[in-house]
Parts: sequence; C-alpha cells; structure tokens
Amino acid sequence: MAVRRLYPEQPLSFAFTPENEAWAKREIAKYPQGKEASAVIALLWRAQEQEGWTTEPALRAIAEMLGMAYIRVLEVATFYTMFQLAPVGKKAHLQVCGTTPCMLRGSEALIEICKERIAEHPHELSADGQFSWEEVECLGCCANAPVVQIGKDVFEDLDPQLFEKLLHDLDTGAPVKPGSQIGRQCSAPEGVRITLLDVGGPTKRDAEKV
Amino acid sequence: MQLQDKDRIFRNLYGFHDWRLAGARARGAWDGTKALIDNGPDWIIGEMKTSGLRGRGGAGFPTGLKWSFMPKNDPRPSYLVINGDESEPGSCKDREIMRNDPHLLIEGALLASSAMKAHTCFIYLRGEFIRERERLQAAVDEAYDAKLIGKNNIHGWDFDIVVHHGAGAYICGEETALIESIEGKKGMPRLKPPFPANVGLYGAPTTVNNVESIAVVPDILRRGGAWFASLGLPNNTGTKLFQISGHVNKPCVVEEEMGIPLRDLIDMHCGGVRGGWDNLLAVIPGGSSMPMIPAHQCNDLTMDFDALVKLKSGLGTAAIIVMDKSTDIIKAIARIAYFYKHESCGQCTPCREGTGWMWRVLERMRRGEAEKREIDLLFAVTKQVEGHTICALGDAAAWPVQGLIRNYRHVIEERIDARHEAVKEAAE
Ligand SMILES: Cc1cc2nc3c(=O)[nH]c(=O)nc-3n(C[C@H](O)[C@H](O)[C@H](O)COP(=O)(O)O)c2cc1C
Ligand code: SF4
Ligand code: FES
Repeated sequence: MAVRRLYPEQPLSFAFTPENEAWAKREIAKYPQGKEASAVIALLWRAQEQEGWTTEPALRAIAEMLGMAYIRVLEVATFYTMFQLAPVGKKAHLQVCGTTPCMLRGSEALIEICKERIAEHPHELSADGQFSWEEVECLGCCANAPVVQIGKDVFEDLDPQLFEKLLHDLDTGAPVKPGSQIGRQCSAPEGVRITLLDVGGPTKRDAEKV
Repeated sequence: MQLQDKDRIFRNLYGFHDWRLAGARARGAWDGTKALIDNGPDWIIGEMKTSGLRGRGGAGFPTGLKWSFMPKNDPRPSYLVINGDESEPGSCKDREIMRNDPHLLIEGALLASSAMKAHTCFIYLRGEFIRERERLQAAVDEAYDAKLIGKNNIHGWDFDIVVHHGAGAYICGEETALIESIEGKKGMPRLKPPFPANVGLYGAPTTVNNVESIAVVPDILRRGGAWFASLGLPNNTGTKLFQISGHVNKPCVVEEEMGIPLRDLIDMHCGGVRGGWDNLLAVIPGGSSMPMIPAHQCNDLTMDFDALVKLKSGLGTAAIIVMDKSTDIIKAIARIAYFYKHESCGQCTPCREGTGWMWRVLERMRRGEAEKREIDLLFAVTKQVEGHTICALGDAAAWPVQGLIRNYRHVIEERIDARHEAVKEAAE
C-alpha cells in the first residue's frame, strides 16, 4: 500500500471536451442500468488524458456524471496507481519497471539515469518541467525486460545506451519507435526461430537454406 | 522433442501475421463455431472436462469443472469475466494473445458463454495494456460488424463483450477484487464464500477465467478434448504458454507441451542460461509468488503443476524467472517482497503489516544488518501471514521468502557474518 493524496494546488474547474463527453456517455451505456459506477475508471482515465493529470474538479465532475458520492470516486483515484495525482512532465512521464525480472536485466541503471537526467526523486518535475519519472511494478512485459512505459507505449529490451538515446530523442522531438529497441518482433526469441516456422519471420529453416 | 507446429494453438503468437478477422480466419478461427454451440452446453463442458484443461491463471483449477458450477435455471443473468489483468511478475503471455490473436479470445468467450448461459462477457485488462486494449477492442468491433457476436448474430446465441480496464493495481487480478473493480470500486477482495458462481458480478452468477484458459477453448472444441489431452502429461495436459525472463540468452514467450523439461525449455528456446547451464543459481518457476527452485533440483525438473508442487513450489502462470550465479538472491527476493508490500490492498492486518515487515527485514538482511536469530523470526512471520488473510496475496508474499530461507539460509548467514566482521574491523 502507498499513501496517495490529492495535490495541494488544484485548478478551479473541469469539463470534458464535447468529444470526450460524448465518448463518456457511450462508455456509461455499456453497463447495465443502475451500474453506471462501472465506468468510473474509464472516465477518470479519459479525464487524465485530457488534463495531463488527475485533478480534484475532475473527480467531482465524474462523481456527478455517474451518480456516485465524491468520496467513492476519491477512493478509486487514490487506490489505482496509474492515476497521477500531481502534474507530470509535459513531454513525457516515464514509468520505469523495477520489479525483479527487470531488475535482473538492468533496470537499476535506468533508474539511475532518470535520477541524473530528470529529477532526483520520483514524481518530481525536471527543471524545465518537461519530464518526470517513477518506478513502477511489473508491467507484464518481462520477456522483454527491462522496460519503460511512456504514455500508451512500452519501450522494451533497453540498456543504458538505448535509454539515453530514447530520452534524447524524446527531448528533441525526434521520432521514437515503441516496442523492442533491439528490433525483436514482440516476445519472439532474438535471432532465428525454431517454432512457428511456416508463419513468417526469420527461422531456423531459412538459416539452414543459406 | 518439441511441440510440433501443427499442434500449436497460438499460431500468431509473435504477431508476424495479420491479427484481424481475415487473418484469424485464415488460421482457422471462427470455423464452424455455430455447430459447436449447437452441440449444447453439456457437450461443450464434457469436451472441456475430457481435455483436462486446468486454469491458466495460476491456480490450475479444472476449467470444465468450474463451468459446471454455474447454477442452472437461475433467473439472474450469468456473466463470464475474463481475467486479463496479467500482473504477476514474470507473466507476459496474455498480452501476446490479446494483441496478436485477439479473435481466439473472442471466439473462446462466445463458446464458453454459451456453455454457461451467459449473454454478456467482460474482459478486464490491466490499465497499462493500452495498445493491447485498443487492439482487442478493434477485434471485438470487427466481430460485431461481421455479426459473429452481438444481438441476433449468426451463431444464434445473443452475446455482448465489454472490454473493461483497470488502472494499476496487481490485486485486481484476484477474481473477487476484479469483480469489485468492474463494479467501480477499489479492488478489494471479497470474503469467500459466497463464491462468484453464486454471487459474482452485480450479485449474479459469474465465472472468472484467465485469458489463456478461454483462448484455447475454440481449438479444444474443434480438434476435440481428446486431442488436447493427448499432449502433455496425465493430469497436466495440453499446451501452455511459457514465459522465460531473467538470465537467459534469449528471453521469450513460447508455446510448449505441459511437462516439458525445464532444461529443454531453456536450452532449446532461450539459447541457454547466460554463461551456460552450470552457471544457473535458481529459477522462480511460476511467477513471483512461487518459491524458487535451486539449480541442483532443476536438472530433471519437468514444468507441470504436479512436479512443481512436489518441490513445494508451483507452476503458477508458467512464468519462469531465471537467475544465474551473479544474482544477489536476497536482493532478488527482497524486491519481490517490496512488490507485495506495494500491492497489498490493506484490508487484512497480517498482509498489510506483514508484507511491509518482511520487506524491511529482508532489506536489512540484504545488507547483512541483521541478527541470525531473525531468520527464524522472519520464517515464523511468513507463517503468520500465510493462510490468515482474505485472499491469496498474503500467501503469495510469504512463499518466496520461505523459499529463500529454505534454500539459501547459508547466504543470509554469510552476509550477516561478513557485515559483523566488517563492523568489527572498522571499530578496531
Ligand atoms: C493476488 C492475486 C492476483 C492474481 N492475478 C491474476 C492475474 O493477473 N490473472 C489471472 O488470470 N489470474 C490471477 N489470479 C487468479 C484469479 O483469482 C483466478 O483464479 C483466475 O483468474 C481464474 O482463472 P482460471 O481458472 O482460468 O485460471 C490472481 C490471484 C491472486 C490471489
Ligand atoms: S491478503 Fe492482502 S491483498 Fe488480499 S485482501 Fe488481505 S490485505 Fe488485501
Ligand atoms: S518485471 Fe518489468 S515488465 Fe515484468
């Protein structure tokens, strides 16, 4: 368990954009009548995408939309750790996986780089306000460890050099490619494959032909 | 002998091919689905029982049997909930199903639901799987458009799928916490009984199954339960997605027969242990909660539920974390203990307090700043947590620590001795 509280400085108001408002209505309609609260995570998530972080006025607005008591929405926002309760870096918030499978393959070095390049502490903004980072628990990509999630994407098979380059590219706005940073296809073993030989990609059979 | 390609269920595991409906159909999905449904629930559940499939979410409970627990002729709606929370450290297989072969899951969901008289299925993905969610939703939309699912679909079983997601909480993988989460609450596990089959989602009969358990259903029904049962070992049948991470040369996810020797899995599919087989220290065989197996027990180890239980461990999600001799084993387990401390939902005192306590002691032991008598104390505390909590997270937190003490007490003692020596020297 971690103690998670709302940020002391809050914006005055929140409103979904018209598109997000329409999307939220469709989302709520997916659940049985009377079970509107089921949409709370989805709506909070959309609000966070819109605002950059999860704000108190957004919690209040969503509580109203779903007919929930504010305290119930606050409970949800503080329980689930993907809700960022404080502003995050404008260009990127990096979620560095630190759990054992990633640790065994070098995640500690990535965290050191975050401390040096971004900010000493997790959830702290970099001097220019463009970056922030945190250590997160297993991201479910362990066969591609170590990994860092940035926004919707996961950057996999990292090492310090590749990670430094990624940070640099994010900063300068150069294009970045999610997924394996060493060119693996998803979680297929690196190099030639000995399974699923009839379905494309480099395989042992191809290698033997050469 | 490795599993032959013709017997693989996940033919697009790595995403070399089209994940969309057309691609899935070319690989054999959605073929004769109506005839399977028309055979009726008893036939479907019978085939599942014949297949011997044991749940792929960790506990290994027989899937056909689980489905047969759903009450018959109940006036309430029934629900199938598919568990795609995939958060157990080491586990990364459901992700590949959801993003590379989502139609296997969707077709499986329809077949399973028809057998349990459910007209609605919720698929719960962990919040971090955003691309996977987009992919799965797109595949669900395709299935609606092609009238494979939805009201008045071509299969004659009205069926809706809702793709739902969390937002970062391992505990939501526990089935009752997952149900709470879908209901819009904190993911706090419920006391059982009542079990979800009687009082589940929205108070209605519910079955919760893992993504892999459901995604193998179409192949089992099309090829026959006997085909699935012919693979693997008795009581540990079929194929399984293994996930190998850590100190191997080529970490990967791979579908293999249940009961494959660990050494074959690592040597054949992962390019061996880093530095060679003799450089192996230990493996965690089934996700972070399973006690480690030291190298000397790995030589002839087969990867199945029963073999691992005999070694006081478990197959779990078949997520194998390999550690070579460079590993600081206390630190590796201390980091797992931190994970459980971080993920405890906090409603039971032994878990809330115990997970933090175990982590802090292990952190001291990692640095050697402990007393030897604390090793027994730590073991005793794990026993006070294990079995004394609402859900199995308490057990999951206790087991790896027990595994460490059972197998590597000498390492902890040496660390403590070394530290005491160093302190003494510094004082002199
Ligand atoms: C703390 C905890 C976390 C769990 N996480 C998952 C998970 O991420 N995915 C999963 O399928 N099952 C998970 N389970 C197991 C589920 O409670 C449930 O047994 C499983 O989804 C049933 O599916 P199956 O019968 O197909 O295996 C977890 C259990 C516990 C106690
Ligand atoms: S065992 Fe831990 S995670 Fe499970 S219900 Fe109790 S406090 Fe929550
Ligand atoms: S431990 Fe990092 S993705 Fe699993």
